[in-house]
Amino acid sequence: MEGLTLSDAEQKYYSDLFSYCDIESTKKVVVNGRVLELFRAAQLPNDVVLQIMELCGATRLGYFGRSQFYIALKLVAVAQSGFPLRVESINTVKDLPLPRFVASKNEQEARHATSYSSDSENQGSYSGVIPPPPGRGQVKKGSVSHDTVQPRTSADQQEPTSPVVSPQQSPPTSPHTWRKHNRHSSGGNNERSLAGPGPFWSPFGEAQSGSSAGDAVWSGHSPPPPQENWVSFADTPPTSTLLTMHPASVQDQTTVRTVASATTANEIRRQSSSYDDPWKITDEQRQYYVNQFKTIQPDLNGFIPGSAAKEFFTKSKLPILELSHIWELSDFDKDGALTLDEFCAAFHLVVARKNGYDLPEKLPESLMPKLIDLEDSADVGDQPGEVGYSGSPAEAPPSKSPSMPSLNQTWPELNQSSEQWETFSERSSSSQTLTQFDSNIAPADPDTAIVHPVPIRMTPSKIHMQEMELKRTGSDHTNPTSPLLVKSSDLSEENKINSSVKFASGNTVADGYSSSDSFTSDPEQIGSNVTRQRSHSGTSPDNTAPPPPPPRPQPSHSRSSSLDMNRSFTVTTGQQQAGVVAQPPAVPPRPQPSQAPGPTVHRPVDADGLMTHTSTSPQQIPEQPNFADFSQFEVFAASNVNEEQDDEAEKHSEVLPVEKASDPASSLRVAKTDSKIEEKTAASVPANVSKGTTPLAPPPKPVRRRLKSEDELRPDVDEHTQKTGVLAAVLASQPSIPRSIGKDKKAIQASIRRNKETNTVLARLNSELQQQLKDVLEERISLEVQLEQLRPFSHL
Amino acid sequence: MVHTSLDVVDEKISTMGKALVDQRELYLGLLYPTEDYKVYGYVTNSKVKFVMVVDSSNTALRDNEIRSMFRKLHNSYTDVMCNPFYNPGDRIQSRAFDSMVTSMMIQVC
Repeated sequence: MEGLTLSDAEQKYYSDLFSYCDIESTKKVVVNGRVLELFRAAQLPNDVVLQIMELCGATRLGYFGRSQFYIALKLVAVAQSGFPLRVESINTVKDLPLPRFVASKNEQEARHATSYSSDSENQGSYSGVIPPPPGRGQVKKGSVSHDTVQPRTSADQQEPTSPVVSPQQSPPTSPHTWRKHNRHSSGGNNERSLAGPGPFWSPFGEAQSGSSAGDAVWSGHSPPPPQENWVSFADTPPTSTLLTMHPASVQDQTTVRTVASATTANEIRRQSSSYDDPWKITDEQRQYYVNQFKTIQPDLNGFIPGSAAKEFFTKSKLPILELSHIWELSDFDKDGALTLDEFCAAFHLVVARKNGYDLPEKLPESLMPKLIDLEDSADVGDQPGEVGYSGSPAEAPPSKSPSMPSLNQTWPELNQSSEQWETFSERSSSSQTLTQFDSNIAPADPDTAIVHPVPIRMTPSKIHMQEMELKRTGSDHTNPTSPLLVKSSDLSEENKINSSVKFASGNTVADGYSSSDSFTSDPEQIGSNVTRQRSHSGTSPDNTAPPPPPPRPQPSHSRSSSLDMNRSFTVTTGQQQAGVVAQPPAVPPRPQPSQAPGPTVHRPVDADGLMTHTSTSPQQIPEQPNFADFSQFEVFAASNVNEEQDDEAEKHSEVLPVEKASDPASSLRVAKTDSKIEEKTAASVPANVSKGTTPLAPPPKPVRRRLKSEDELRPDVDEHTQKTGVLAAVLASQPSIPRSIGKDKKAIQASIRRNKETNTVLARLNSELQQQLKDVLEERISLEVQLEQLRPFSHL
Repeated sequence: MVHTSLDVVDEKISTMGKALVDQRELYLGLLYPTEDYKVYGYVTNSKVKFVMVVDSSNTALRDNEIRSMFRKLHNSYTDVMCNPFYNPGDRIQSRAFDSMVTSMMIQVC
């Protein structure tokens, strides 16, 4: 539709009428029924009415947007004046009398007429029907163009009192009055809706700067008494009102266009709620969007999957290319799903596009998900919107854009305060954080996967592992580890172990530790509570991986526990994993840390030492396997680690106190002890097979007793093997865990607590062991340097 | 050029057997005597292949640069794929994608 230029009086009149028809207060779409009723009241032949509707584009769009409505009203006036109905006649016919509608709106119209200073025609006749607030009218006249709008709105609002709707109301006194009545009536009824249409009017009132201001005023106040409104309007910041008006205008246009279409009211609303002036979303629009969102996704905090969104937006009959572009703009976090914020933005863009506005290249600021960065692209929204705005042929008069830009900038700030945005921000921020920091994802997952601590750990550890691996060795590590992590906690443990192993092989002990540490810490932090054993197991693998030089002071209980677990595994025979390091903290932490790192620490230098140690602390090992048992992957890690560095394990076992092993062991299942014993025999050789047997002994919760003493006494040598065995056992026993969980929740909780305690102890041990590891590494380095120095001399 | 890319594709197929996930398949070697250009290949996990032909007149791009370009390309491609309105196999009409590719190319030259 061509641009529509309305006089002030016409603007106001149309706004009133629109408000009248906008019984649902959508400010976007006018109910077809009301519109038709109104047209019938215009006393025009049906074919003329149909022609009008077609001309204004309503038939095309299927509903009466504001622009369509206004055009239709203008056409009604044209028809009533006897001019042929043509699109050009909308703007070419000057001084067109206001459309007349046979209704009881006469009084209102009269009142409006008087208030409309610009409507010379009507004013004369309406003098007798001065609207209640004559003051306003006067004020209007006397006020700046801006103010003129205000009085109109106020006058209109007052008029709402008159029952505009029913044509049966006061018979028109005169054609003029009729016209005025329409306005008044519509204005009266739309007192409230005026606020909405107000903003819309502004776009139409582009030609009239004052009208826009008035619209702003209107929008600012819906129900307040006209006089008050009048005053308040003045106070209302014009920008805000204008902003609201723009969206309204856009909506109107869209609504008008689609009057005749068979689209549902929703669709109409959808389309009418095109972006307002610079892409701002009014409250009504937003509410509409939210309702639409609810129809697809009842949970406002949830996501709309891409397929559902595609289906929904395809209904708007926009070309796929444009829909694709809209999706690109609105899917802020590129996750293939739309949050409420994203959905509203997309919907807004669809509506805008429907109204003819070009799509921006970048998401307008006002449509940005408020969650993440409100400050981002502060100008983006406005500028693109303006560009598109001006570029679009649409109903909105180009004059709107100039005023709008300024408004938009102020408006977005207002809009951004929407509570919904805030809520979205939380969500979007999380989503953004997801994209930015994979590690953050872990926390989310564990919470959901509370049932199995292992799985919980998996994600965080997996992420860490991947990160660690990538850092150190590249993508190779991530591949093997990541898949494991995904599958189950056991896998995560394995990954950890693998990663730790790899670390060892790569001679990047630090990395391995760090990676393992990261794993253990994550699970520990996340889901340690839920699954005692699993969490422990998850953590243990971390512990096994010696932390990098930067000491990790008990990064996570899981770590320490894992270390202990590893130690216990290697040392002890496959004792059952005690989900909780039952070992009383009273046990000297030092020995435990030494043990824990032992199995996992890769200390090639101290291989011999380890051997001796393991023999000395046979008891420690038994406990550790238990400890590791509940943290199945710990065992695995231990086993893997052991394979690589039995020496180190032994050394660790020496250092680690037996108690540590015992603590985890206690939480481990009894069955593990048996396995550990077997592992002992297989000390240096990672008896995975045996380990596999040990884990098979499902550690029922009650089984998770504290087998401290036994475990701790086991030699470190067996720790590694035991660990691996335990891990295998844990993995195997995992399936049984759910059963036990279902049975004995209390026991689980108790074991969880024990595990937590164990974790803390192990964490301490871990830190200490890490320190020891660092010292050892330094010694090694110094020794190597000496060796190199001596080497040349050897040839001499 | 077309034949070259076909050959490149064939070569990639051959590599599929050994390394399924070879993100950095730097196929550097198709250097015609007359047209000195290099063809780089990049395979994603979903067997989507990216072929990049570079003129050697431009100082040979370092391997890392090529890899980073492929990474960016891959990221942009996944963004495009996320769009439910995009049917896999269609010509990519995403403006963001095109702008990214253009900027990348400009950066190189």
